[in-house]
Amino acid sequence: MRSFTQLNGLVGPMARANVDTDMIIPKQFLKSIKRSGFGKNLFDGLRYLDEGLPDQSCVGRPANPDFVLNQSRYQGISVLLAKENFGCGSSREHAPWALEDYGIRCIIAPSYADIFYNNCFKNGILPIIADAKVVARLFEQTEQTQGYRLDVDLDAQTVTTPSGEVITFEIDEFRKHCLLNGLDDIELTLQDAADIRAFEDQAKVQSPWLFAALT
Amino acid sequence: MTGQAAQTLYDKLWQSHLVKARTDGSALIYIDRHLLHEVTSAQAFEGLRLAERPLWRSGSIVATPDHNIPTTTKERLAGLDGIVDPVSKIQVKTLDDNCNEYNVLQFGMNHPGQGIVHVIGAETGACLPGMTIVCGDSHTSTNGALGALAHGIGTSEIEHVMATQCLVAKKMKNMQINVNGQLGLGITPKDVILHIIGVLGTAGGTGFAVEFGGDVFRNMSMEGRLTVCNMAVEVGARAGMVAVDDITIDYVKGRSYAPKGDLWTQAEAAWRNLVSDDNAKFDQVVTVDAADIKHQVSWGTSPEMVVDIDGKVPNPALEQNADKKAAIEGAIKYMGLQVDQNIRDIHLDRVFIGSCTNSRIEDMRAAAAVVKGRTKADSVKEAIVVPGSGSVKRQAEAEGLDIIFEQAGFEWRQPGCSMCLAMNADKLLPGEHCASTSNRNFQSRQGFGGRTHLVSPAMAAAAGIAGHFVNVNELGAVQ
Repeated sequence: MRSFTQLNGLVGPMARANVDTDMIIPKQFLKSIKRSGFGKNLFDGLRYLDEGLPDQSCVGRPANPDFVLNQSRYQGISVLLAKENFGCGSSREHAPWALEDYGIRCIIAPSYADIFYNNCFKNGILPIIADAKVVARLFEQTEQTQGYRLDVDLDAQTVTTPSGEVITFEIDEFRKHCLLNGLDDIELTLQDAADIRAFEDQAKVQSPWLFAALT
Repeated sequence: MTGQAAQTLYDKLWQSHLVKARTDGSALIYIDRHLLHEVTSAQAFEGLRLAERPLWRSGSIVATPDHNIPTTTKERLAGLDGIVDPVSKIQVKTLDDNCNEYNVLQFGMNHPGQGIVHVIGAETGACLPGMTIVCGDSHTSTNGALGALAHGIGTSEIEHVMATQCLVAKKMKNMQINVNGQLGLGITPKDVILHIIGVLGTAGGTGFAVEFGGDVFRNMSMEGRLTVCNMAVEVGARAGMVAVDDITIDYVKGRSYAPKGDLWTQAEAAWRNLVSDDNAKFDQVVTVDAADIKHQVSWGTSPEMVVDIDGKVPNPALEQNADKKAAIEGAIKYMGLQVDQNIRDIHLDRVFIGSCTNSRIEDMRAAAAVVKGRTKADSVKEAIVVPGSGSVKRQAEAEGLDIIFEQAGFEWRQPGCSMCLAMNADKLLPGEHCASTSNRNFQSRQGFGGRTHLVSPAMAAAAGIAGHFVNVNELGAVQ
């Protein structure tokens, strides 16, 4: 996994609450058996006017002029501003895969759906939870200022605006550690293999029906 | 229990699976049952392969293809060759190959045990009370109805569970949703959960494990509880659950993978403890009066956009919150509805009865009871009934339900996810309205530009007969 330490990134606004993962990456693209290549279909139903198909080139497809991230000023964003309950619905990890492939490394929103939030950390994306009023202010500043960028520092747990305002955020220690170092958490868990075996041995005695062979 | 604080059901399930609490607040939780389907597992197997890691316990896994497979009989019986879409076909074949290579139990697309992954878990007894159950699918919450801790995970977590049998997790908060009193005539578990989603909103349960309690759930069948827990994720809760009682025990007993003999006695004794202790502390308690729950129909593009059958499409001008107002306006536009339009005046192009929410035998019976002796409205282009599993299909056919549906002009299909998310060939065309017993009415979920209305099986059946939404209780006598 790519590590996340610091980022100075162009910011794009997604001013809509309850953005679900069907919206982030529609189901027809879930047929891929790969983890990459989903970026061109990020927000497909909002971004293009026609119906997107898997394995199709997006070059020449009609772009939706009303979709905010299609504006030239937002090309190359790596920070996405979002609203409440971002990433709700389906557990598809294709949603963070699509965001990451598109170039987004950090999301700032007042709240996220649980599974999506979790999935971000497995893919080198930092989902920052910020106060709704702070997020609203960032939306205003982004919309008012062409080329608006934010400085994100995970180690310091800060977001700094162009005017020098410093916004702090909270994050779990373990998730921060893994993200800062780009750690594979399977390797970390396997360091506790002896504990897992011991737990399992005890469970086999206490609840043997849980280990019955299925045929 | 002296000295031990009163525990909720979720506290008990968490504690009994806690391998290790880490100092940073995260924990390793042992996973008893891991369910797989073709859409979210391929990349996890690929990750294992690249890292040259074995499965920790292949016997904990049950796999089945459900999302991409055809539900029309001719195509289905042709096996992989019957899947027209080449990418869908690769996905189903990849699951076959992975299960063979890693020695994982799979109910393949034409195996008699095949079904929607969230239907076959409880039905076979592969999912049991007291288990921790995960699957790369948010509707895994379904299995919490057994008194289990069941929730969806992402593909990286699938790989993690495959390799370690554990999940890195953080304990959720406890929420209790009580529905007390008596449900009105014809009000079903689907109406109950849609009403709850309408009250709480799609983020009301975020961060919580939800236990459903109160008179209504104590009296509800296991299949009804499975429907309710299925949609716990639609209030934002990863896990929903119902305490174990006689209904749970009676349901599990005798299922093919349920323990037998002495093991059964031992298991039952342990499961009887899977209830929240008196005085257990919940972080939030929500109480709903059963008498307030009417037949529900969703009008918009989020499951919280739901109203009573006698209701109207809302007026965004009355909404104070700017984001909500914009969402209502957007949904009305997408759905092609008018402000203040009566729900009863919404005309349907298609009807879909099925999905992990409503494809069990009780759902089939409820829908069949409505259509029996009646005929689908000519204005409804297609009404399909898709049983949740091979087992449900065989049971329904033994009861003659397939004949009842076909005589009414409803098509009887092969089991699978079908039009719930339209990854196979079953889909809506742009602009079409569908009365659907599925769980999500998101934009284009059932087909590009399609318009989904979430309802119970009886209400979907009634809409198919009338051609527009009606209160199923008022359908009148069979002609």
